[in-house]
Amino acid sequence: MAESNVAKTLILQGRSDGGTLERATAKARRAFRNSVAILLFLAAWEIAPRTGIVNVTFFPPFSEVVSAWWGLLRDGDLQDHLAASLTRSISGFLLANLIAIPLGLAIGWWKTAADYLNPFLELMRNTAALAILPVFILLLGLGETSKIAIVLYASLFPLLLNTISGVKNVDPLLVKSARSMGLSSISLFRKVIVPAALPTMFVGIRQAGASSILVLVAAEMVGATSGLGYLIQYAQFSFLIPQMYAGIITISVLGIIVNYLLLALERRLTGWRQTYGE
Amino acid sequence: MTIESKISIRHVHKAFSVKRGSKPFKAESQPVYALQDINLEVRQGEFMVIVGPSGCGKSTLLDLLAGLTKPGGGQILLDGQAISGPNLDRGIVFQQYALFPWKTALANVEFGLEAKGVGRRERRETAQRFIELVGLGGFEHRYPHELSGGMKQRIAIARSLAYDPEVLLMDEPFAALDAQTRETLQSELLRIWEATGKTIIFITHGIEEAVYLGQRVAIMTSRPGRIKRVIDIPFESRRSEEDLRSNPDFVKLRHEIWELLKDEVSRAQEQEKSKTLDAYGEGKSSAKGGARHG
Repeated sequence: MAESNVAKTLILQGRSDGGTLERATAKARRAFRNSVAILLFLAAWEIAPRTGIVNVTFFPPFSEVVSAWWGLLRDGDLQDHLAASLTRSISGFLLANLIAIPLGLAIGWWKTAADYLNPFLELMRNTAALAILPVFILLLGLGETSKIAIVLYASLFPLLLNTISGVKNVDPLLVKSARSMGLSSISLFRKVIVPAALPTMFVGIRQAGASSILVLVAAEMVGATSGLGYLIQYAQFSFLIPQMYAGIITISVLGIIVNYLLLALERRLTGWRQTYGE
Repeated sequence: MTIESKISIRHVHKAFSVKRGSKPFKAESQPVYALQDINLEVRQGEFMVIVGPSGCGKSTLLDLLAGLTKPGGGQILLDGQAISGPNLDRGIVFQQYALFPWKTALANVEFGLEAKGVGRRERRETAQRFIELVGLGGFEHRYPHELSGGMKQRIAIARSLAYDPEVLLMDEPFAALDAQTRETLQSELLRIWEATGKTIIFITHGIEEAVYLGQRVAIMTSRPGRIKRVIDIPFESRRSEEDLRSNPDFVKLRHEIWELLKDEVSRAQEQEKSKTLDAYGEGKSSAKGGARHG
């Protein structure tokens, strides 16, 4: 009896060991699948200039870019420019959220307003933010205001449109069901409309997050004395090619981090639909 | 007689103005009567089934009972008081469950209690009790998309019962379920009805379902909806009968209702055809439509 119990425990242990091993290999396989394309790309970047396939002056090997990046970090230049860019995009992005989410909720709730305003908002969204950068510079000058304003503009419309459509497309049956329980308009809004619209709103938040960085970098290239866009532009003019690439890489990584953070926030707030999977 | 009625529906009318045709000159709105002179008395604790062809205004009637819309004429009384709007004294169960997908089963059941202003502790206990009542103990923390259709409808029933309404209104609640789940839920509903003693108004287009569940069955006509007949279903205890559906009396009643509904169903289908033709214009599409139906 006792022996058989021991045997059982052993079997169970063996099985669970197998389980962790299997899980570890699955994890490793996934890590490989996710990184292999990037690693190959970096390898090509390293080898191509060294073998003379591309001009080493304009396309320095990846290791040189990394050491240039490290140099910028040691001097503190990178942090300064990064901080300048982040301050601008975060302020613009947050301001856009503060304006667009309440406004979008109100417009979506009031369907007639939404029907009238939607074509106009679509027009505004499809007007490339950079195309009206000159207008911002004319009106607001070259300082911080025009840069925050352009980020605000670029983030505003995806946020607004997605919030409106989120509210408009709430399942009417849920509204009916909540109304049949005698909910007041305010609690209906708070307890049904907003949570039901949240997934669609997050599509807008992620789009806005991405464009707040994209637009800012371009704006910084036109008339700024700090920021990652300026760093790239300046490095190019000064023929500091590895530093230029270092700036570009910083922006890519920043974009990935922002998207990752917003995704994590989205998962936290709309975890109930996680199993649908993306 | 009227004093012991839980719900009295008296001379209720409901019309919608519908724009007919797609051309601007034809687009004169004309009223379409959904319900015409509905009269029905439902007793305290009674299980009343309303059966009718599709498009006969059954759901309109339910919306009126729920207080979500107002009748064009006549009145609906609950315990002698006219219904003035939605209220927690009536609970609704919809065909498509209408559970909040961002809430767990337990939180869904708590929703109505929250609206009623019940405190947190008591809310949780009550919700738990009703989840046990519908036989889903252990599934409290699942989200709706993690539950099967039958389970979702059980949770929806628990949600409506939890805030202790006077009347439970059910709008084809089992129509979206597969046949086996439906039969299980039908007998479960009878058990719950016996356990809680609620007055239930149950809307369906299924004749067998009507005879199986109802103490009385009201048969509606095609549009404009009227009550054609109310039939008593005299089975004492449905759940003790092994196979009630093959009982000769059951078969006879089913046939009787089928006879009453037969003409209404074919008229409703005719109405639907002509409505479809109207909506898509007369030209080519009418020939197509005709061919498809013929």
